[in-house]
Amino acid sequence: MHEHGKEPALYGLMAEFEEAGALVKAARHAHEAGYRHLDAYSPVPIEEIYEAIDLHQNEVPLTALIGGITGCLTGFFLQYWVSVIAYPINVGGRPFNSWPAFIPVTFELTILFAALTTALGMLALNGLPQPYHPVFNVPGFERATTDRFFLCIESKDAKFDREGTRAFLESLRPREVTDVVP
Amino acid sequence: MAAVAVAGPPPVIGPGHDFESVGQAISEIVLTRKTPLGWVAGFGLAFTLMMVFLTAATYLFLKGVGIWGINIPVAWGFAIVNFVWWIGIGHAGTLISAILLLLHQKWRMSISRFAEAMTLFAVACAGLFPLMHMGRPWLFYWMFPYPNEMTVWPQFRSPLVWDVFAVSTYATVSLVFWYVGLIPDVATLRDRAKTNVGRKFFGTLALGWRGSARHWFRYETASLLLAGLATPLVVSVHTVVSFDFAVAIVPGWHTTIFPPYFVAGAIYSGFAMVLCLAIPLRAAYGLQDFVTMWHLDVMAKVMLATGLILAYGYGCEVFYSWYSADTFERYMMWNRMFGPYASAYWALIATNIVIPQLLWFKKTRQNIPLLFFVALVVNVGMWLERYVIVVTSLHRDFLVSSWGRYAPTMWDWATFVGTIGLFLSLFFLFIRFLPMISIVEMRTLLPQSQVKEELP
Repeated sequence: MHEHGKEPALYGLMAEFEEAGALVKAARHAHEAGYRHLDAYSPVPIEEIYEAIDLHQNEVPLTALIGGITGCLTGFFLQYWVSVIAYPINVGGRPFNSWPAFIPVTFELTILFAALTTALGMLALNGLPQPYHPVFNVPGFERATTDRFFLCIESKDAKFDREGTRAFLESLRPREVTDVVP
Repeated sequence: MAAVAVAGPPPVIGPGHDFESVGQAISEIVLTRKTPLGWVAGFGLAFTLMMVFLTAATYLFLKGVGIWGINIPVAWGFAIVNFVWWIGIGHAGTLISAILLLLHQKWRMSISRFAEAMTLFAVACAGLFPLMHMGRPWLFYWMFPYPNEMTVWPQFRSPLVWDVFAVSTYATVSLVFWYVGLIPDVATLRDRAKTNVGRKFFGTLALGWRGSARHWFRYETASLLLAGLATPLVVSVHTVVSFDFAVAIVPGWHTTIFPPYFVAGAIYSGFAMVLCLAIPLRAAYGLQDFVTMWHLDVMAKVMLATGLILAYGYGCEVFYSWYSADTFERYMMWNRMFGPYASAYWALIATNIVIPQLLWFKKTRQNIPLLFFVALVVNVGMWLERYVIVVTSLHRDFLVSSWGRYAPTMWDWATFVGTIGLFLSLFFLFIRFLPMISIVEMRTLLPQSQVKEELP
């Protein structure tokens, strides 16, 4: 991007495809060509793309696990503290720490915390909510939620070069290659 | 690309659809089609019933629970019957969207969205009853553990406190699961909306979703995890509800069969309600391509199976009360079958066990009006079940001197019918303003979403 300092900065270049298969192929080629800052946009999740752009693991399961453990400990020790320390009352001669009776609430809070961290963690890791994003400037991008498939190579990629990358994308035989203005 | 129906021997989506036509068929109901007269009439009726609820609740808050038929010994009455009924109905939504997702049942896709919505609204109705039953509903927050000036804390050995946690967790997780599922769909609606208001409304809900592969990757993981978390949750919720009964020593309640048989009953009534909603919806909005005869058939079979588990549960109850050799247990069962509430018990057997046996026949499952009728009958039956459990056990317990009778008052009925109005009002608003079938999930059923492996 540095060679073209006079032109307005670009977020990237976007190629539009008509089929999921074409997008997967293009993404694979782009990754093989050494592009790393790239993203695909599709109306449905496509597993093959993850493979193509080298997505193998994400942090959502770990987030869920941390949430679950936090919920479990919170649930149990809340009940322990309430029933043994803060407000010990004798109910039918049961021990203050009636741990079997504390299981249901411990379980519910484990699920509650894990589910909330899963959902919120997924959104946070995805950077959502994000009201504005440059890709929405691409004409026809609204069809990314209907029946078009897009591949974007971002300008922050080390290999990005306005002409070269455009030529590369054209070689993948898309419908169209568009500049993505930030 | 030729658009041919795929996925499994019986088609789960009608022939001739592609990404565009699926998006069009589902989103036009919200975006472009004129609001049908039937919707206006239906919503009007539901709204009227909701006003009945508002009246009943207002009068209740003015006068107290004395306006209901409850008294000692039957202190639970309609409030608890309706609570258990509504929360049971909710269970099918979670079952369809979570358990069947984990089991890779593709037919769940077209019914999961509105079944989940049904769950949310049913849980909302359910939650109202314990609150109103409290006597001093404005102090409901005393149920939660929070530092207060009385230095009093909840008693965590009580199933009623477990219930607070189970139901509030269930409501929250169902809402989160439902909303996460909606995000890509409202993004579709945002992009298809013709009006500025529509774009803003759906754009806000979509949180800026743009279908990025990196997002989809985390999104799919999160969906699976949420399904995995909701699965034990849904089982636990009705288990805890059954503990409200089973932990007590009241005759007829104190049995270990309660948790599994409550869960089976919950799924049974939930599927009955899904059918009651799906049959009119597919006819009114022409969604026969998405909710096919095969869907109705499968749901009828799930109902039949859970109904049989329930029948086994009823059999066990009778057997236990005899086998316990306990005077009070035996008397309770005799009283349930031949006492003052015998008609309710036999009506329950007829509606929950006998009539649904019609579902064994393919002819019944393919006959839409008859199927609708059976589903309605099961909903009535499941309500009767809770009525019988609550009332027959409480009204004659250990001491003859404390026996009594229970009859609902007009206000009991008004509150119950009113929550049906609340449920339907919310449901009518949902089908008008949000996509009632998951567009993304329906699209994944199409060949267009499949990547043909070809040589590079």
